[in-house]
Order: sequence, then structure tokens, then C-alpha cells
Amino acid sequence: MARNVSTQRKIVVTVVAWTIGILIFFPILWTFLTSFKTEAEAIASPPSLFFFDWTTENYHEVQSRSNYFLHFMNSVVVSVGSTLIGLIIAIPSAWAMAFSPTKRTKDVLMWMLSTKMMPSVGVLVPMYLLFRNTGLLDTRTGLVIVLTLINLPIIIWMLYTYFKEIPGEILEAARMDGASLSKEIIYVLTPMAIPGIASTLLLNIILAWNEAFWTLNLSAAKAAPLTAFIASYSSPEGLFYAKLSAASTMAIAPILILGWFSQKQLVRGLTFGAVK
Amino acid sequence: MATLHTRSAARLMIAPSVLLLLAWMIVPLAMTIYFSFLRYNLLMPGMEEFAGFTNYKYFLTDPAFFQAIFNTLAIVLGVLFITVVGGIALALLLDQPMFGQGIVRILVIAPFLIMPTVAALVWKNMFMNPVNGLFAWIAKLFGLQPFDFLANAPLMSVILIVAWQWLPFATLILLTALQSLDEEQKEAAQMDGAGAWSRFIYLVLPHLSRAITVVILIQTIFLLSVFAEILVTTNGGPGTQSTNLTFLVYAQALLQFDVGGASAGGIIAVILANIVAFFLMRMIGKTLEA
Repeated sequence: MARNVSTQRKIVVTVVAWTIGILIFFPILWTFLTSFKTEAEAIASPPSLFFFDWTTENYHEVQSRSNYFLHFMNSVVVSVGSTLIGLIIAIPSAWAMAFSPTKRTKDVLMWMLSTKMMPSVGVLVPMYLLFRNTGLLDTRTGLVIVLTLINLPIIIWMLYTYFKEIPGEILEAARMDGASLSKEIIYVLTPMAIPGIASTLLLNIILAWNEAFWTLNLSAAKAAPLTAFIASYSSPEGLFYAKLSAASTMAIAPILILGWFSQKQLVRGLTFGAVK
Repeated sequence: MATLHTRSAARLMIAPSVLLLLAWMIVPLAMTIYFSFLRYNLLMPGMEEFAGFTNYKYFLTDPAFFQAIFNTLAIVLGVLFITVVGGIALALLLDQPMFGQGIVRILVIAPFLIMPTVAALVWKNMFMNPVNGLFAWIAKLFGLQPFDFLANAPLMSVILIVAWQWLPFATLILLTALQSLDEEQKEAAQMDGAGAWSRFIYLVLPHLSRAITVVILIQTIFLLSVFAEILVTTNGGPGTQSTNLTFLVYAQALLQFDVGGASAGGIIAVILANIVAFFLMRMIGKTLEA
């Protein structure tokens, strides 16, 4: 009897949860479906959910009209580049703070975090002028520099919380056995740290891929990543739903897949370890 | 000996990060402060001169500034209300046993992974458009006049779009916190005859309070600088009806080329954000000790 009630309850919960889940996901599903419609079908009334002539025309069209691939590569270079450089700078720092903490380590960590709290708009003017005067405006290099700097505190924090969980005794033992600092890092620390580093990498690529303040303000036709390229569809002459949908689908698909793999790290990284 | 050696090595390893962040924090911010005291317009190069607090006076007495402050607060509070209440409800729902829990979770998280410009444009064109949008079609189904969201309720529309993006964040964090609640405690409360409501009020909510605080503080930091969603949907308009502080500074700097005025606005934004950051840092600092 009790079992019956709980099965019934489970079914009700399932129906409610799925309905809400699909409603929340619907804008994305709708974008995906619309990307396979013709422009006429995209604005047809009544709209059709699945029963239309599926076409991949829009995907070809988006590429041939606006060199979509260039902007896609800009996004890849900027997000992966800034993340890798950030990791190279952050790994030694996080390692040192996790394993040789001093009295000031906590203050340093908190101070690093505080740089993340500064609103971007507070430094928009000088950054724009600096970039303009040094020729970095609308270059991939410029965007990589800025995104590395804004995400560096998150990278350090995430790595720090992961490194903290590695038992220090193992390093002590290695040191006792005469391992040098470099050997310690290569043979002992790295294998244990790889999962944490991978999670940090993943989360940061997501954050950098979706960053939409600096990319919008510091790039134009040449270096514009997908965030800025998609924004150009906001002008009235860009009002083609099917093409907008195709461009959007390609822009969000890689990150959706990456993000679904790193749900847990998302929580940890975005709360600076405050919620695990 | 060895410790001395490691200590100096440690210092060497931390140095690059510290120096980079120090430069990133000090150089542009110092420039913003400096510019904020200048009369400096990019259209009139070479005419820069010291202007004292004129830019601040100008910015702070601009009616657009008060509208922007109001809009900034409305976006922060509106989105917080929707995401925290909705997030608690969703987290409670997703914590129940059900079929296909993993898939529902994936569906709910998705909006957070969408880049802001895509999210805003999809909502603007495919849902809120008064002619071709889905909402207009639904309104017509019921014989109602389609509502032009972005023209008649621009601020509410922006809040809606941003809330859709942040609801998954709140849900995910609250769900994580919920799952750490001791199952035995819940059962004990049930045994003692506590109903679902009192269990929620006296057991679940206190347990979630820390996570809720974290959600509120972190979201506030990000919500104070909502930008892309406004840029591609309403462009701050009509008039300044959906202009927040970030957008106002952007417009002052890159549309009117008023470096001095924009810098003063930027400094005001920094001060506002710092007030919030102060509380957030204390929260996170406590977890470091634990």
C-alpha cells in the first residue's frame, strides 16, 4: 500500500518536473527547430513545432553571407587562449598558496577575489583608450589579454580549492625521498591535480566563451567572437529568424555540451568554493 | 634550510599572478579616477583641462542618472526575487525522486550556458516580437491584442530575460545545498509529526540560508553590470526607460565620447559594487576558515 502511494507520487513529480523542465528549455529547443525552417515557415502563423520541411539552407547561408567560421574561430582562440594562459600563470600560484601557506595567504586570496568584484564599466574608458592607442582594439590578442585578466581570480580560486584537497603528506614523503621541486610537480602533484585542472579549464572556457561586455566593446568586424557577431543580428535588417536561429544554434551548441559535462564544477567555481 | 628554500620559491610562484592583478586593478582604475576630474571629450582632442568635481556634479544631477539607478536596482531586485523564489521551488522539486531526473536537471541548467546576446535576441525576436513572436500568437489564440513587450514594458522584459538566464544558477546551487541536508533529520522531523510546511520553514529553509545568501550576493555582483541583454534588446530605451548604470556609462563613453563624464559614472558604479562586495567577501572569508 505504502509502496503504491510512493509510486503514484513519483509519477506526479515526474510529470510536473518534466513539464517545467521543458518549459524552461523551450526557447533553446525553439531556436534549434527554427534553424531548420525556411524564413517563411519561421514566422508562419500558426507556428509548426515539428512538421515542416526540414532544411539546412540557413546554415550554408549564414556561413556564405558573413564568414561565420571566422567569428567561430575568434571565439575558440579567445576562450581557449585566455584560459590556457590563465592556467599557466595560476597553477604555480595556487600550488604555492595551497602547500606553503603563510599568514598572508588568506589575505592574498581575498584580495585576488576582490579584483573580480570591480565592475567592468569602471575601467571601460581607460581600457578602450589604451587599446586604441596601442593598436589592440579589435584584435584577438587584445581580447585574450583582457579575458585572461578578468578570469584569473576565478582560475586561481578554483585551483586553490582543488589543490587544498590533495593530501600534503604525499608531497612531504616525496620530498623526504629526495625529489626536487620540479620532480615533485611533474611526478607527484600533476597526476593528482589533473582532474581539478581539467574542471577549471572547462568552466573557464565556458565563462570566456559567453563573456559579453569586453568582447562587445573592444572588438569589431575583424576579431569579433560569436557574442559580438550575434549581436549584429539585433539591427532591423538582420531580422531573419531562421538565420538568426542557425547562427545561434552553432554558437551555443559547443558550450551546452561542455556545460552539461561540468555541472558540479559550475557550482563550485561560481561560488568560489563556498558551496560544494 | 629546506623551508626557507620552498618559501622563497613559493613567493616566486605567486608573484606573476599578484603583479598582473595588481597592475590590472591599479592602472586602469587610477586612469578612470584621473579622467573623472578632467573635461575630456574624444571629439575635441587636445582640449583636456582640469574640471574638479564638475563631471560628478553633472552626472549626479542628470535625470538619466536617477532613472539609471532606479533601473539598476529594479533589475537586481526583480531578478533576485524571481530566481531565489523560483530557485527554491525548483530545487525542492528536483530533489524528489522521479524518472529521468538527470535529464530534467540538464534541461533546467541549459539557459545559464547560453551566451547573453543569443538569449536576449531569441527572446526579443522569437517570443516578444508583437507581430511574429510566439507570445503574440498565443495572445491572438485567446482573442487578445498582442502586447509589445519591449516598447511598453522594456524594463520588465529585460528583467524576464535576465531572470531566465540566472534561474538555473540559483536552482543548481540551492539543489546542491539541499542534497547535503541530512536525510535522517528529515525523517526524524516527520516522525515527530511535523507537516511538510513546518518541515520546510524550520528545517529546510534554515539549512539553505547560507546557500541563499551566496546566491544573492554573487548574483548581485553580476546583475549590477547587466549589459549585453540591454544592448541588443532595447538599447536602453525607449528614452532611458531601460538604461542601467552600466549602460549609461557605456553610452556616455562610446556613443557621446565624453571621457570625463563616463569616468565619473564608472567610479560611482565601482563604489556601489564595492558596498555589495564588502558583504560578499566577508561571507566567503568565513568559509576559508572553516
